[in-house]
Amino acid sequence: MSESEAAVHKQPNYAAVFWSLLILTICEIIVANLHFAKPLIVITLVFLAIVKASLVALFYMHLKFEKYIIYIIALFPIFLAVILTVMVLSDRSIS
Amino acid sequence: MQTTAAPIGRLGIDSRKLVIWLFLASEIMFFTGLIGSYIVLRFANLDVWPVPSTVLNIPLTGLNTFILICSSMTLVLGLASVQRGYQEGMQVGLFLTVLLGSIFLAIQMHEYHNLIQDNFTISSSIFGSCFFTLTGFHGAHVFAGVVWLSIVTVKSFKGRYTSEDYAAIELAGLYWHFVDLVWIILFTILYLI
Repeated sequence: MSESEAAVHKQPNYAAVFWSLLILTICEIIVANLHFAKPLIVITLVFLAIVKASLVALFYMHLKFEKYIIYIIALFPIFLAVILTVMVLSDRSIS
Repeated sequence: MQTTAAPIGRLGIDSRKLVIWLFLASEIMFFTGLIGSYIVLRFANLDVWPVPSTVLNIPLTGLNTFILICSSMTLVLGLASVQRGYQEGMQVGLFLTVLLGSIFLAIQMHEYHNLIQDNFTISSSIFGSCFFTLTGFHGAHVFAGVVWLSIVTVKSFKGRYTSEDYAAIELAGLYWHFVDLVWIILFTILYLI
């Protein structure tokens, strides 16, 4: 099977991803306007954003169907990004 | 029609795709630096930090987010079309992506214009500095993506791509989806939180 044939056979359901992104965006706007505790809203919004970003990366960028080396290239800077963010937030909580 | 053979390296991956992914990895760190700075500055100025919805136009930006999500959809449909050898579908998909990307930029310029008229500028507050820096760099990436995709679109109308040779669309698409992904994060942290 050629590379192009393999790619065609592995096509995800793009419409389902699109509608998921749209619904999650609407959910985000609704959640942002709720009068709940701020930390709860922040955690929910960050979670929704991570789900949306993962959908784009896995299906639109075809990361789900890529080889392990591409996963490493994509995930390593995200790992570093998480460390940076956690360290910054830790500094805030300490001070 | 001359078909370009994919330069497969020792890792068994098209080396052009590998280069794009390495570039995107560097872009992740670039935006992480900006977002990290934003977090530091926001936490250091909590007492003067405004509620974003009191300054920014959330419904308009929600519409802009929808437009960018649609542009990712039209692009993957264009890619799926060329993989099936459907030239018209590819051309329409690419054209719509460029159009939607341009509309996104136009709305962002309109938003900037309105904010500046309301005396919300890059130098008016720390929030203004963060907002214009983050959205400005993202907008510059969108502009680069629109230019890149415009070139790909013109080539598609010239019959450059086939079901066996569409790597250029896939590579431009990776960049475009990454720009969409970054906006998903920025929309949340700048406009909603």
